[in-house]
Amino acid sequence: MRSLRIICPNGHLGFAPTREESFRLGVAAKPDCIAADSGSDDVGPIPLGSDTSTSPLGWQTHDLELMLLASRELGVPMIIGSSGDTGANSRVDLYVRIIRDLAAKHGLPRFRLGYFYSEIGKEDLRRRMRGGETVAGLEGHRTLTESELDATERIVAMAGVHPFIDLLRKGADVIIGGRSSDSCVFAAPAIHHGFPENQAYYLGKVLECASFCAEPYGGKETVLGEITADAVEVTAMHPDQRCTVASVAGHAMYERSNPFFEHVAGGTLDMSECRYEQVAAKTTRITGAKFVPAAEFRVKLEGAGKIGERYVGMVGIRDPYTIAHVDAVTGWARDKVRERFGQEKEGGYELYYTVYGRDGIMGELEPMRDRPAHELCILVQGVAPTAAMAEEVCMIGTRQMFYARLPEVKGSAGSVAFALDEVLRASPAYRWTVNHTLRCDDPLELFPTHMTTAGV
Amino acid sequence: MKTQKLSTLAKTIRSKNAGVDLITFDIIFTERAVYERVKRAQVLTRETVCRLYGIAPERIADFVEFDPGNAIKFTIYRLRPSGSPGDPDIFGAQQYAPLLDVDVPME
Repeated sequence: MRSLRIICPNGHLGFAPTREESFRLGVAAKPDCIAADSGSDDVGPIPLGSDTSTSPLGWQTHDLELMLLASRELGVPMIIGSSGDTGANSRVDLYVRIIRDLAAKHGLPRFRLGYFYSEIGKEDLRRRMRGGETVAGLEGHRTLTESELDATERIVAMAGVHPFIDLLRKGADVIIGGRSSDSCVFAAPAIHHGFPENQAYYLGKVLECASFCAEPYGGKETVLGEITADAVEVTAMHPDQRCTVASVAGHAMYERSNPFFEHVAGGTLDMSECRYEQVAAKTTRITGAKFVPAAEFRVKLEGAGKIGERYVGMVGIRDPYTIAHVDAVTGWARDKVRERFGQEKEGGYELYYTVYGRDGIMGELEPMRDRPAHELCILVQGVAPTAAMAEEVCMIGTRQMFYARLPEVKGSAGSVAFALDEVLRASPAYRWTVNHTLRCDDPLELFPTHMTTAGV
Repeated sequence: MKTQKLSTLAKTIRSKNAGVDLITFDIIFTERAVYERVKRAQVLTRETVCRLYGIAPERIADFVEFDPGNAIKFTIYRLRPSGSPGDPDIFGAQQYAPLLDVDVPME
């Protein structure tokens, strides 16, 4: 085949619904494949740690239904990476179940449904560490220790193209993937069909966030990528969007520290020599991308661990004197929590104050923190091993602000305003514990593939 | 010296997570000449970013002048990974505001 065309309807399937008009136009262009990634570590550590999705089931199902029906109608593969936000095993099982249910609901003719898992067990990883493997930290993380491993709830490995290609070779019509590098979801079918890695990985890079490579800005719209032996072309499907040199080159920067390099399992995409050319009103052609295979096959790992249960409280302050001394107010309340439970951390709890109107959004990065607004809102978070303790930590930390003693305050009937005289249960607190890489002998060893069927 | 605000010169000024430990900032210009002018003015460098955000040079993970995109881009380390309790900006999406008012000398 001279060229391969793939449409991507959504940069994070499920997080917000795919816009249907541009998707229909994409399907009408008769692509050879329909693909999307459904995950991101942007959603924070809670979904991975607690084995949940942050995307609502209804939106996930909506997008999978659109893609499945179009893929079966056209008779072309549908490929999903990073199922259910995290790509954990339970999320893969969920998406496999949704696909089966949709196939039954629409009476679709029987098709081959391939899927793979991405989780790596803690004990498996521990054995490798004890066997001498270094689990190397990324971006400032130290080498993984057993105590950090102990603090971890769940770990996923980031797949490259390998399990996708394995399933395509075995004849999968629909692929549901565990955690994956988003670009590999698109690179895999291109490599499977014999296109060079240089172009294939760039195709993935440009398609991964759907219409974020187009202008004017507007997410969740479909884009179409076409790969040939020596170039990639990308076209916006929405009637009012265009893929321009500026929008495509600009997208190379998005969400990455360096716009020239993209690291995936097995190598690095080098975009430093990319040339961009407007070849039609809505289409930009890119040449010059290079894929450099890695000397050692290392896979990225993501892991999250639970810190504790969490309650939140909220107060307001209007008195300018109190605003000027807000740290004394929170300090007073912190002292009262300390009297009850001991020092933070040692006492088994964590207490956070976020002062909106001063530095609530930027914290220590805020250059204007010495110029607070005329009113403040303070968000209080109490975290502890049990819900009862977290509630008490948060309640003391919130209500005691009311009693804070400031030497020259005029108002002596209460130092803060309550919109709600209560604290509310929030999601448990988690943290990212693993952002590391692991060497593997076999590109498939962390990503077992399976094949089943769906439809009637 | 007469100056213009960066917000009147750039098409896009944004911040966003780049993985769980980094926040990356993009300042993108429509016109090549304006991009080159801001580069020449040296108002966005590792040093000026450290001053603006009150951070040590080690907090800057990367600083790139990205000619193909008419863009200046820098990336900083978070003190704690995104989404840890107390993190008020899980996506890192609202950290760019101080850049809007950076003064760029008129040539």
